[in-house]
Amino acid sequence: MNCDHCGKYPATTHITKTVNGKTTQWNLCAHCAAEQGVNTAFGGLGFDLNDFWGSLFLEPAKRAPEDTVRCEDCGRSFKEIAEMGRPGCPTCYRTFYDRLLPSIQRIHGKTQHTGKVAEKADETVKKEHELKALREQLAAHIANQEYEQCAALRDRIRELEEGDAK
Amino acid sequence: MTAKWYQQSGTDGDVVVSTRVRFARNLNHLPFPAGMTAEQREEVIGQIFEAFPQDGSGAFQCIRMTELSEWDALSMVERHLISPNFTAHPEGEALLLSPDESVSVMIGEEDHVRIQAMHAGLALDEAFTAANCWDDFLDARLHFAFDDRLGYLTQCPTNLGTGMRASVMLHLPALQEKGVIQQLANTVSKLGLTIRGMYGEGSRSEGAMYQLSNQVTLGITEQEAIENLKSIVGQIVKEERGYREQLRETPALEDRVYRSLGILQNARLLSGKEFMSLISHVRMGAAMNILTSVDLNGISHLMVDAQPAALMQQAGCELDPAERDKRRAALVRERLQ
Repeated sequence: MNCDHCGKYPATTHITKTVNGKTTQWNLCAHCAAEQGVNTAFGGLGFDLNDFWGSLFLEPAKRAPEDTVRCEDCGRSFKEIAEMGRPGCPTCYRTFYDRLLPSIQRIHGKTQHTGKVAEKADETVKKEHELKALREQLAAHIANQEYEQCAALRDRIRELEEGDAK
Repeated sequence: MTAKWYQQSGTDGDVVVSTRVRFARNLNHLPFPAGMTAEQREEVIGQIFEAFPQDGSGAFQCIRMTELSEWDALSMVERHLISPNFTAHPEGEALLLSPDESVSVMIGEEDHVRIQAMHAGLALDEAFTAANCWDDFLDARLHFAFDDRLGYLTQCPTNLGTGMRASVMLHLPALQEKGVIQQLANTVSKLGLTIRGMYGEGSRSEGAMYQLSNQVTLGITEQEAIENLKSIVGQIVKEERGYREQLRETPALEDRVYRSLGILQNARLLSGKEFMSLISHVRMGAAMNILTSVDLNGISHLMVDAQPAALMQQAGCELDPAERDKRRAALVRERLQ
């Protein structure tokens, strides 16, 4: 049996994974297994087919051999991240944002965070997230005809918006 | 001694064994754990140990994973305090544990910090509040990696966004018997949830125990994810109870419950697999008031204590499988008398 990834060499690593009752089998040659982080330092961190995102962008990485951009914190190039299947540090996400985004969208279906905002995040980001959440709450209350809760929400929205104008 | 969360049963305890909420967080400007040097691992442990209150009644236990015996660490996996991966490379890993073991903080696992809160029964709001409170606490003292578009930055992109995984451990013997778990798995996967075996990723189900958790973490708020999970759990609980009532009509159910109890009360050797399968029937019998001599709290406690590493921890030495089967049977007989 040849490798599912490259199709060239005999498969020596076989991975069976069952998630949501669905069983998937991957057969990889030694080279591709190492490239995908199996049997390497990553192996111990738990191999998950969901983490197989390396393969999602391995092809574009191969098409762009002159990879001169490197993460300023950990020094990784996009090709290295693709080969390992994971970014090396938080800054990698910012450095290679555009190139990582298609894979992220494939995983989550969305690309914009809407949840909790970290304490050290920019004040404007915090305010934007709060405003968005408040507007959504307001719309939900209006839809449910729960008008008594709306006044306080409107006041808080106005307060935040006026803060912006100042 | 403080009672542990897993020694109790909680809301909807007939079906929902426990609830867990965890946050994945990383410190800014440090490589993710897979690429960290030994010094950087120490730096992360130092920063987090320092941030936590170390004295007073609510003080967390600070544990370096290298200090634990293999079975001490594995018994923590069995109690769901840490992940199986966390025991594989104890170097540069540490754990903070609250006195009742309901809050644990893994340092140096897949992410720098994994804050986890556990609760007996269905308690998504309570577990979320507890985990969120410790997240706020650390967030105020440390600089977590965050991006306004991608949210909390995590080593694995599947955790980007909220970095939150909320899960409930469900006991679904009736749905399993009806053969509808596969169908259920397909349905929940369309709703952004996933259903797995007892110990999470890659594990199979034992004793009809299933873990249901949210899959998507980006573009959904923590509250939305919790509400989504809550509503699906509510429907599964209703379905499971409905099927249990259908089974009640058949004499086979009562027979199976009593037979299982009989074996557990008399066996001299019990493998882990056999124990889980029998205790699952007994648990269903107790939850349906077919059995009144055993309670759900006692069963929850026993299910933790009869696991392999827990048995070795109680014995204080390494035990081979045959010796474990003997000790497990003795423990079960004693508890179920």
